[in-house]
Amino acid sequence: MPSNTDYLLAIEDLTVSFDGFKAVDELTLYVDKGELRVIIGPNGAGKTTVLDLISGKTRASSGSIRYNNVELTSMREHEIVRAGIGRKFQTPSIYEKLSVYENLEISYPWGRTVFGSLKFTRTKQVIDRIQDVAQQIFLSDMLETQAELLSHGQKQWLEIGMLLVQNPELIMLDEPVAGMTAKEREATAALLEKIAKERSIIIIEHDMDFVAKIADQVTVLHLGKILKQGSMDEVRDDPVVQEVYLGH
Amino acid sequence: MINPINQAESSFGKVLYERLFKNKEGLIAFAILAFVILIIFPTVLSPFRLNLTGKYLCYAFAAVGLVMCWGNAGILCLGQGLFFGAGGYCMAMFLKLEASDPESTAIQSTPGIPDFMDWNQVTELPWFWNPFKSLPLTIALIITLPALLAYILSVFYFKGRVSGVVFAILTQSMVACLWYFIVGNQGYFGGINGITDLKTLKGWDIRTEDAHYLLYYLCCFLLLFCILLSRYILSTRLGRVLIAQRDKEMRVRFSGYNITSFRIFIFCFAAVVSSIGGAMFTLQVGFMSPNLIGIVPSIDMVIFTAVGGRESLLGAVYGALAVNAAKTAFSEAYAAQWLFFYGATFIVIVLYLPKGLAGIYHDHIKKWIGKSMSSSKNNDGETPALVTEEKNAE
Amino acid sequence: MGDYTFDEIYAIVVMQSFSGVSLMCIYILMGLGLYIIFGQMGVINMAHAEFLVLGSYTMCLFSKFVTENMPAFENYYVIFAIPLSFGVAFGVGYLVEWFLISRLYHRPLDTLLATWGLSLIMQQCFRSFIGAREMSADLPEWLLGSWAASDIIDIPISGLVLLLLTVFLIVGLALFKTKTRMGLRMQATTQNREMTGALGINTKMTDRITFGIACGISGIAGAFFTTMASTSPSAGTNYIVDSFLVLVVGGLGSLVGLFVSGGFLALLSSILEFFMTGSIAKVWLYLVIFVVLMKFTRGLFSDKVRS
Repeated sequence: MPSNTDYLLAIEDLTVSFDGFKAVDELTLYVDKGELRVIIGPNGAGKTTVLDLISGKTRASSGSIRYNNVELTSMREHEIVRAGIGRKFQTPSIYEKLSVYENLEISYPWGRTVFGSLKFTRTKQVIDRIQDVAQQIFLSDMLETQAELLSHGQKQWLEIGMLLVQNPELIMLDEPVAGMTAKEREATAALLEKIAKERSIIIIEHDMDFVAKIADQVTVLHLGKILKQGSMDEVRDDPVVQEVYLGH
Repeated sequence: MINPINQAESSFGKVLYERLFKNKEGLIAFAILAFVILIIFPTVLSPFRLNLTGKYLCYAFAAVGLVMCWGNAGILCLGQGLFFGAGGYCMAMFLKLEASDPESTAIQSTPGIPDFMDWNQVTELPWFWNPFKSLPLTIALIITLPALLAYILSVFYFKGRVSGVVFAILTQSMVACLWYFIVGNQGYFGGINGITDLKTLKGWDIRTEDAHYLLYYLCCFLLLFCILLSRYILSTRLGRVLIAQRDKEMRVRFSGYNITSFRIFIFCFAAVVSSIGGAMFTLQVGFMSPNLIGIVPSIDMVIFTAVGGRESLLGAVYGALAVNAAKTAFSEAYAAQWLFFYGATFIVIVLYLPKGLAGIYHDHIKKWIGKSMSSSKNNDGETPALVTEEKNAE
Repeated sequence: MGDYTFDEIYAIVVMQSFSGVSLMCIYILMGLGLYIIFGQMGVINMAHAEFLVLGSYTMCLFSKFVTENMPAFENYYVIFAIPLSFGVAFGVGYLVEWFLISRLYHRPLDTLLATWGLSLIMQQCFRSFIGAREMSADLPEWLLGSWAASDIIDIPISGLVLLLLTVFLIVGLALFKTKTRMGLRMQATTQNREMTGALGINTKMTDRITFGIACGISGIAGAFFTTMASTSPSAGTNYIVDSFLVLVVGGLGSLVGLFVSGGFLALLSSILEFFMTGSIAKVWLYLVIFVVLMKFTRGLFSDKVRS
C-alpha cells in the first residue's frame, strides 16, 4: 500500500500492457497542487494512455494512481470525474447536435443521476455559471449556436469550457491547441494560464513553442517510461531527448 | 430566438407548454394526430376497421418505446415483443380467469380453471395465476412486471458495457426464449394457441361494438399520454444526456455521468410503454398468443419505428398505422409480393431514408409549407432552446 | 433427473454428446461465418441463416437431380454437392455484399436491420421459386448407419463425417488465410482498411470475397443440415438465434472461443433435449446462456483489446 503524500496526484509503478506490449512501463510521476505539467514525447510514447489510465478509461495492469491520497485505479470513469478530475480528448469531443449552451449545461455538476437529471432546472445560479465560463472561453456571443457549426478551434475551447463548468481540481488536456490558428493559440495560452491559477493542469502537447510558453515542468515520455523531467530549457538541451525526437 | 436565460423566470404553465410541445409547430403536430385518431377515424371508419386501427395503435406503443430507447438513446431492442407480451399476457390472464368461472366451465373435469389447463390435465390453478384474480393487481403488474424484467435483463449487460449490435441480438434471443417458454408450457400459459375466448372485463362484455369504441378511445388517450410523457422526458436534462451518450459515450462518462443507470432507465421506460400497448391489444383483439410477440413481430415493431422515423414520437404512430394498414391491405391478396415489397421497403428505408416519414416531412413538406406560409404571414420566430432538435416537434 | 442412476446419466451424457456432434458442426460453421463478417465490419448478418437454407436447398435439389438423371452416381453425389453448396452461397453472398452491404459500412445497427430485410426477401424467394413444401436430400446409405462403440453408446456415422469435414474446413480456411495472397489481403483489409487501400489492394473486391466466403461456409453448414432435418423456406430461423449466441458466448473476437462455445452449446442442448421437451430445453439453454453472459459480458474468451 503506497504511503500518503502531499502531492495532488501520485502515480507509482504504473504499468499497463496490451497483449504483452507495455504501453506504460513502471511509470512514477508526481503532480503538485497548482502545477501546470506538460507531457511530451514522440508518437507511441504512451502519453494518451497515461491520461486514459488516470481517467479510468483503461484499467492498469499494476501500480497505483492516488489523487488526494485516494486510489483511482479501481474507480469507474464517472466516479473519478466526481472526485474532481476533468479530461479533454485529443479530437474535440462535443455534442454536435446540441447548442453551445446545452453542451456546457450537460457538464454542470449537479443532477447527474437519472432522477436528478429529470428534476434539473435552469436556475439563475446555473445560467450565471455558464455565462461566466462562456466568457472565459470566448464564446459568450454564441451560446445559441449549434455546436457543429463552430470552428475547430472554437470546438476545442468549448470542450475546455465543459471541463471548467465541471469545476475540477485537476484538468487533463490532450493536445488542446491542435488545429488552432496562431491567434487562437495565443488566446488559449492566456486562457490556460488563467485557469492554472486556480487548478492543476496536465497537458499533452506536440507544439514546442506552445509548451515553452506555458509549462512549469515538462516530462518527456518514451516507450512508456520517463526519459527526462525538468524545465523546458533543460529538456530541450538534453542530448538523449534530442536523439529520441530526431531519431524517430 | 428566446434566450434560455429568460426561462428561469417563466411561469410554470409556459415551461410545461415548452417542455411538452417545444413550440407552436409541435403543438399543431400533436393536435393533428389527436384529431386524426380521436375524431376522424371514429367517424369515417366502420366499427370493424376502427377495431383494426385500434390494434395498430397498440403496436404504436411499442414503436414509441423504441423511439425512446433506440432513436434517442441508441439502444436497439429487437425484443420489444417481450414487453408487449408481458402486458398482453397479464391482461389476458386476468380476462381468462374471469371467463373461467365455475358455472361456465362446469363441463370441465376441474371447473373454475381456464379450459386449456383442463385439457392439459392441470387440476389446480397454479400459484402465479392468483394475482390475476384482482384487476388492480393486474394493472399494477402490467406496469411493474415489464419494468422488472427489463431491469433484470439489462442491468448486468449494461454494467458490462454490452451495447449496440450485441445487445440487439441478445434482446432477440430473450424474446425467442419467451416464445419457447410459452409454447412449452401449454398447461400454464396456453401454449402455441395462446389465451383465447376472452369475454368480459369485470362483467362488461368487451366483444360488443360499444365496447370496441370505448376501448379504442381508451387506447388513444393512453397513447397520447405516453407520447406526452416521453416528450417531457426528452425535454429534461435526462433527454439531452440520452442523446449525448448515444453520440459521444465517452464524453458523457467524463462529464461525471454513470451512463449505465441512464440506459437501464430508458430501457425500462420503453418496456413499460410497450407493455401498456400489449394490454390494450388483448382488450381490443380478445386474445393473446406467442406468435403475436415472437422474433418476427418484435422486428416488425422496429420496422414501424424505422418507417415513422426513429427519432420521432409522432412518426412512430404514423409508421405503425401505415405499415399495418399496408400489410392488411396487401398481404392477403398478394401474399408473395407483399413479403418482397416489405423486405425491400425496409432495406430502402434503412439505406436511403434513415429518418423515415418524419425525415420526409422535415426535408420536403415542411419547406414547402414554410414557403407558402411565409408569403402570407410572418413567422412568429418563437424557437425556445429547450428541446435539442426539431425532431421532437415533428 | 432423480430417476436416473449415476451410470445412466453418464451414459446419457456421452451418447447425447455424440448425437450432438452434427449440431455442433453446424453451430461452429454458422458461428464461423458470422465471426468472419463481424470481424470484417462489426455487424451481425441477420440473413445468415438464409444462406444455410440456400446451401441445404442446393444439396436437396442436386440430390433430386442425381437420383432422377444418373442413379449410378447416387452414392457419391454428396462429395460434389458440398462444394456446390459452398459455391452457390458464395455467389449470392458476393452479390449481396456488392449491392447492399457495401453501402452500409460504419452503420452497424442499420446493417443489422437491412440484412433482416434481406432475409425476408430470401425466404420469400425460396417459397416462390422452390416451393413452400419441406424437402430433403436422399442420403447415400453409407452415411446413414451408426457405429456402436459400446453397449450403450451409438455414434451416428454422419456426425463423424461432418466432424471430420468441419475440421478439414477449418484447417483449410486457416491455411487460406495465412498462406495465400487473397487470405493475407483479407486480413490486411480487416485490420486497416485505409492503409490497405493506399497500398493498392482492391479493398472492395476483398470485402466481397470475404463476405462471400462467410456465406459459403454457412452454405456448407446447410449441406450438413440435410443430414439432420428436412429443409423448408423458414428452416433457418430456428438456427439463427443459436448461432448468434454461439458467437457471443465465445467472445466475439476469439476463434477458440467459437469452437468451445459451439461445442458447449450443442452438448448442453442435446443433453437438455433428452430430459425435457424441445421448447423447454431451449428455454433452459437460453437461460443458462443469459446467466453466463451476465457474469462474462464479453464472452468466455474475449480478447483483451486496446481501448
